[in-house]
Amino acid sequence: MHTASVNRRSFLKLTGLAGGGFLLGIYIKPGAIAEAAETAAATGDFAPNVFVRISPTGVVTIISKQPEMGQGVKTSLPMIIAEQLEVPWDEITIEQADFHAKYGGQSAGGSNSTPGNYDNFHLLGATVRTMLVEAAAQTWGVPATECRAEKATVIHSSGKKLTYGQLVAKASTLPVPAKEQVKLKPASEFKLLGRRIAQVDTRKIVTGQPLFGSDLKLPGMLYAVYEKCPAFGGKAIDANLDQIKRLPGVKDAFIIAGSGKVKELNSGVAIIADSTWSAFSARKQLKVTWDEGKVVEESWDGFVAKARADAAKPGATVLRADGDAEGALKTAAKSIEAEYLYPFISHANLEPQTTAAHWREGIMEIWSPAQIPNSAVQMVTRVLGVPPEKIILHLTRAGGGFGRRISADYLVEAAAIAQKVGSPVKLVWTREDDLKHDHFRPGGLHFLKGGVDAQGKIVAWKNHFFTFGEGGSPGSGGSLNKDELPGRMIPNFRSEQTMFATGWPMGPWRAPGSCVFGWVFNSFVDELAHAAGRDALKVHLELLGDQKILATSGQGGREYNLERFRNVVNFTVEKSGWGTKKYPKGSGIGLGYYFSHRGYFAQVAEVSVSKEGQLKVDRVVCGYDIGAQIVNLSGAENQIEGSIVDGLGALMTQEIDIVRGRVVQSNFNDYPLLRIADAPTKIECHQLKTVFPTTGLGEPALPPIAGAVCNAIFAATGKRVRRMPLSRTDLSWS
Amino acid sequence: MAKFTLQVNGQSRTVDVASDTPLLWVLRDSLELVGTKFGCGIGLCGACTVHLNGVPARACMTPVSTVGRMKVTTIEGLAPAAGKLHPVQQAWSELDVAQCGYCQPGQIMTAAALLKDNPNPSDTDINDAMTGNICRCATYLRIRAGVQRAAEIAAGKTEAVT
Repeated sequence: MHTASVNRRSFLKLTGLAGGGFLLGIYIKPGAIAEAAETAAATGDFAPNVFVRISPTGVVTIISKQPEMGQGVKTSLPMIIAEQLEVPWDEITIEQADFHAKYGGQSAGGSNSTPGNYDNFHLLGATVRTMLVEAAAQTWGVPATECRAEKATVIHSSGKKLTYGQLVAKASTLPVPAKEQVKLKPASEFKLLGRRIAQVDTRKIVTGQPLFGSDLKLPGMLYAVYEKCPAFGGKAIDANLDQIKRLPGVKDAFIIAGSGKVKELNSGVAIIADSTWSAFSARKQLKVTWDEGKVVEESWDGFVAKARADAAKPGATVLRADGDAEGALKTAAKSIEAEYLYPFISHANLEPQTTAAHWREGIMEIWSPAQIPNSAVQMVTRVLGVPPEKIILHLTRAGGGFGRRISADYLVEAAAIAQKVGSPVKLVWTREDDLKHDHFRPGGLHFLKGGVDAQGKIVAWKNHFFTFGEGGSPGSGGSLNKDELPGRMIPNFRSEQTMFATGWPMGPWRAPGSCVFGWVFNSFVDELAHAAGRDALKVHLELLGDQKILATSGQGGREYNLERFRNVVNFTVEKSGWGTKKYPKGSGIGLGYYFSHRGYFAQVAEVSVSKEGQLKVDRVVCGYDIGAQIVNLSGAENQIEGSIVDGLGALMTQEIDIVRGRVVQSNFNDYPLLRIADAPTKIECHQLKTVFPTTGLGEPALPPIAGAVCNAIFAATGKRVRRMPLSRTDLSWS
Repeated sequence: MAKFTLQVNGQSRTVDVASDTPLLWVLRDSLELVGTKFGCGIGLCGACTVHLNGVPARACMTPVSTVGRMKVTTIEGLAPAAGKLHPVQQAWSELDVAQCGYCQPGQIMTAAALLKDNPNPSDTDINDAMTGNICRCATYLRIRAGVQRAAEIAAGKTEAVT
């Protein structure tokens, strides 16, 4: 259980010591070392940096700095330190760090935790090991080169041994060596990395121990619910607060004006009670007068109708214009047009948003499953005027992330409520709050035209993309970049974008943009291949060309290594047995591939569709290139499988409808999530190991699945899915 | 407010709460047994699954006043003895089933009830029994494998798989 035990005086002192923004420098930063030494001095521990602590009795503790939300980072990053430190995994204690500048950046998002820390954590573990070896060498009066580290022990060539615990006192007197003096253990000698390691919190998870933000209980803690306007950004004018305050268990009720920004602190009514149920019960009696604002003029259907009416008009922005797309479409041997549409969707973390906060003596102490703690603290400062040095943020395990907890709206709500309450208070969102006040993945419409020449090669591609924005620019993942696939691959290419300005809150949803752009790209290429009467796989590979590198235009797009891309597609196709099986009508195979979050991914799906139109994904083969080294094979494959099934769920079932500026859906009855029977029968993960730097796995396995499944559905039934969710398309056949 | 004496994980526990309070919130707020989770409040996600007299039930839809003398088993009380794990908990640990882990207590409670009735379930049996439990991280393939592995453990095959 988390406790409010932070020593405030030492917190403030440390905040003054440690600067912000250093990453590699953290390992040699005098302030950080001094601070670690200060903590260690009291206990006699050896703590040459803020991430590793070794006690005189040999207890090795590694601090995990990144927020854990199921991506497995609390296990994987410490594994890197343990590998270089030469301490058996079972003997290590892992502690979750609070948010603090001394850790040098704790944002978990964008699949960045692994690539952003991989090299540093190797160096960090190796540095500590080097110091322990040096301590032993000095104790024995022998050269360090005659000593080696193994199983938390330093061994001399003569056979003499000293355990890490025995070396703590001596090691604590040594200077931290410079990077150049530290020898990294090579991958060929790895004993831990690449193995299957269960998450460090497994025992707590399977026995139901307190672990999550919502599990928190502080002494004297009260419970809060917060009613916001059903229409986005609406303001609370009046409420029956006197009546609410008289209800059983209710301690207080009040209106919060809000910051005026829909993704910050919304206006609403807080009810504070002695239990969650008292708060929920009182809320049923709550009557609020709202000022709903102009957002009530905005509905999804209205925007869709407008997009269709304007599709043939020029887009507001021309993103890319290579060659002459319109001209080439006219002269193409064959050309086709299609509309692709996907709705807004919610993150629907199974743990609804929650945060506990305690405001006392000018200090705001917060316990929250925040994904980007730095921006959360900035929001508390900006909205509530609490200076950053007066904010203490404890990171709790999050019951799912998927990008939702990158936003800090729920956190600032809890802090705003705590400011008025005084006692520790835990804010609990209901499922309905969560679905109606998410920061949604924006929906979109793509009006596509494509043409092939007499040989069936794709020679023209035009896309007029309609997207949604709030606050003047497209929502997260709602912007096509200049280089979006298949830009740079087709000689006559034009992409245009038109944005509808709304008051709707949007935010990053796992693999923002890529999670839908991959589907549109993979599907329409497949359509063109079939229009040309050619083998789809050949057309897909032809598109990937024969160049090695596809350079970025430098305007938001990324450089693609086409060689890696082609290799992973060929590798996956081969693993799948593509072309070796015959599929009866109603069954089929399809390919999807995409590059996002630094990972090259391809997936082959085998599906069967019943005559009544019921889809079953029988098998997914996933090939992936995320560089040279898997950190934790169990965690890696769990992320890949989860991403595939998550992408399938978004394809099959999820849809948020917005009418008059408010969400229609309310709970899992009308916002169904994918259930176990709809998960693929089989998923096979195959790593294509390359020499490139190791990259992350939280997101890049998701984008190819929708295209793979929809291309397989077409092969099985002749029906092309151009609208998400799949439940909108009749797949029955005869 | 009214007093209710409940039989929870083999212990007699008395709480003073409103009689319409769902068992979920009695467990979480009054008894500090927070392994049972809140996911939807309308019985559709299964995160709050407990056993009432050995039968899976949705704690979010069970008013405390209806529990009476029924034996309540939560995830905290599933293991046969302190320091031991139930075969399903053991299988979940071996196979590293969880991602975020929030739904897993509910998954484990449902799986444990399934295996009691059907010690050797097929994948179809598993899909049918587990359909009320949502895993937003989508660990469904490992859940299927976990139930199969738990069946093996319960049958005496205790050697860990790798």
